[in-house]
Amino acid sequence: MKQKLNYLKETPSQTAGPFVHIGLAPGAAGFDIYDQELGTDIAGPNACGERIRVEGLVIDGIGSPVKDVMLEAWQANATGSYAHPEHPGDVEDGFRGWGRVITNFETGEWGFDTIKPGPVMGRYGQMMAPHINLWIVARGINVGLNTRLYFSDEEEANSADPVINLIEWERRRKTLIAQRVERDGATVYRFDICLQGDNETVFFDI
Amino acid sequence: MTKPAEFYQRDREWHPPALDRNYKTSVARSPQYPLISLENTASEITGPVFGHNDFAPTDNDLLTNYAQPGQAPVGERIIVHGRVLDENARPVPNTLVEIWQANASGKYRHKKDAYLGSMDPNFGGCGRTMTDSDGYYYFRTVKPGAYPWRNWVNNWRPAHIHISVFGTGFAQRLITQLYFEGDPLIDQCPIVKTIPDPDAVQQLIAALDMNASIPLDTLAYKFDIVLRGRRSKLFENRLEGN
Repeated sequence: MKQKLNYLKETPSQTAGPFVHIGLAPGAAGFDIYDQELGTDIAGPNACGERIRVEGLVIDGIGSPVKDVMLEAWQANATGSYAHPEHPGDVEDGFRGWGRVITNFETGEWGFDTIKPGPVMGRYGQMMAPHINLWIVARGINVGLNTRLYFSDEEEANSADPVINLIEWERRRKTLIAQRVERDGATVYRFDICLQGDNETVFFDI
Repeated sequence: MTKPAEFYQRDREWHPPALDRNYKTSVARSPQYPLISLENTASEITGPVFGHNDFAPTDNDLLTNYAQPGQAPVGERIIVHGRVLDENARPVPNTLVEIWQANASGKYRHKKDAYLGSMDPNFGGCGRTMTDSDGYYYFRTVKPGAYPWRNWVNNWRPAHIHISVFGTGFAQRLITQLYFEGDPLIDQCPIVKTIPDPDAVQQLIAALDMNASIPLDTLAYKFDIVLRGRRSKLFENRLEGN
């Protein structure tokens, strides 16, 4: 018999279901209700750093794109500061560092425009390689999945990243690396997320 | 000034597991490898900050935020209210709470909802608000209807409102569902039953709250939301490395 400590228990998670867009992206659900939807502009107009686009698919255990997913991104600015009162350093006016994106209902493709984040100080004085924190919810996902997107052109920083190095299966580390491509003069990072199977993306309990 | 401290470990036995075969969609959408557990860094302890400029003060009133002037949605008028707390029972102030739901017929205003329940021209089904300095929030809406879904052939979701909450750090990010006291469908629902602990299910059931009801106008349900708590930083563990 356990003695009571009187902590509250966290409210249990439930799936976001198939109609998550109604609440969190009503325009995509097919109706206008808010003057302004949240999460459509991550970096704002004044952010320094390289403008990038991130694109990908979320793929299920059968290899099919998941077409009703919602992702949220959380990232630092180009100098490695989060737009949060507890993090040192300033961010540019209009830089929120957070965004919300949904998939195309027909193809499952998703994408967002932002700036490439700078490295952020991790624990024990170890610098973390530039990364974007992602949170994924959808029908069939009971608790939102956390992962990190790292950048293929940051090889040196990635190899020293304390979180990547926590993954003892080295073959799985590459599932966190978005591949850089140039397209019409723009920088695009491709990041496909596999929910299950041989190439399953690494997900974190944060 | 207190330094950032990490959140308490999430109790993964309290939350539903990723895979539950009776909730069929989870079978192909659940990771098969274990999650990699991280000690919190700034990436997890920080999270987006919202302000009153991000939305309209009336966004929390689903009775009016999509209704034609002078009209109102059909259904049982209710207030849903409560507090957002952390596991230490401290209020979480100024945090964004978003909800979405079906109308009184169990029909969603979504182009992908094919259910034959009728659409309500005066009901959108989404709302958002910020908690006040005491962590308190409220919405006004209609009680949603139950609806069928393709899982087993005769599965019906209990009446529910989807709720999304941020907290102060990305590690607190949570989406859940509110159910209503006394609903006999709760015990039959495969999505509810992904939660292994009956006490955890109880935490998702909003209680009828006559004290908060408005006589001759609106019933009320009370629903407190608990987010992960944070350690008191009694001993330095070099989070920032200095």
